[in-house]
Amino acid sequence: MKAIVNVSLKAGVLDSQGKAVHHALDSLHFKGVSDVRVGKQIILKLDETDKTKAMAEVTKMCEDLLANTVIEDYEIELV
Amino acid sequence: MKITILQFPGTNCEYDTQHAFEKLGAQTEIVWHKSESIPSDTNLLVVAGGFSYGDYLRSGAIAKFSPVMKAVTEYANKGGKVLGICNGFQVLTEAGLLPGALMRNDGLHFISKHHHLKVVNNDNIFLEKLNNNDVVNIPIAHHDGNYFIDQDGLKDLYANNQVLLKYTDEKGEDKNPNGSVDSIAGICNKEKNIFGLMPHPERAMESILGSDDGIKMLQGFLTA
Repeated sequence: MKAIVNVSLKAGVLDSQGKAVHHALDSLHFKGVSDVRVGKQIILKLDETDKTKAMAEVTKMCEDLLANTVIEDYEIELV
Repeated sequence: MKITILQFPGTNCEYDTQHAFEKLGAQTEIVWHKSESIPSDTNLLVVAGGFSYGDYLRSGAIAKFSPVMKAVTEYANKGGKVLGICNGFQVLTEAGLLPGALMRNDGLHFISKHHHLKVVNNDNIFLEKLNNNDVVNIPIAHHDGNYFIDQDGLKDLYANNQVLLKYTDEKGEDKNPNGSVDSIAGICNKEKNIFGLMPHPERAMESILGSDDGIKMLQGFLTA
């Protein structure tokens, strides 16, 4: 099983990279983009086969290391 | 007076820090991050600047799990004095020893230059040699120095006199190089034994090299 973890800055925390990308898209004349957020994706290959257990384990990984919950949110997808 | 300086893979300010404290007459010891203890005669523990673990994942995120950090946390919780400079500040916030977090500079560039700082609170051992509103000239060198804390956390910092230093111009007017909340450059914990700042006082020890204002800052630790 794989876990796909998406980490992004919390709403309300200024995402300066997202802002820079937004400006760049604007200058390339891509219109109709109202907001850009840049995050990171961490893909974990897991030995665990039980989804509930895997979810609990990856949640702990996020809380301990993968995200800094002072400034970041995370989403976990198991595939 | 014994100053213990931590060294992680990627730390690069340990020798500057050592030189600075030895110039002030202190004894120093550099301790590798694999050590599970710190010298028992330590009077001040410095988490030096640099790029621990290449800043992978987030600055300071991996260093907080180094073996030595357990001893650091124990030492700090017992009231031991800890100073985090630059990457050291990032490590201390990641480890939860100081509140808030350090994010990418709002201008996205790495900034390396001298900057003025204003003393906001000197009722702590670190800045007691300075007066409130004094302006010092100290180098900054960071990519992730944008200090963030939520509004409630910020209120607590002010209420407990934990905001130590702000980025200013030479007159002491706010001048924000990196997007930090309220131009904050340095803070301490509520108990005032753990200190963190992004600027490098250990690089401001010789006036011929631009500034010796770092002496007044680091000296505070040597009188205790």
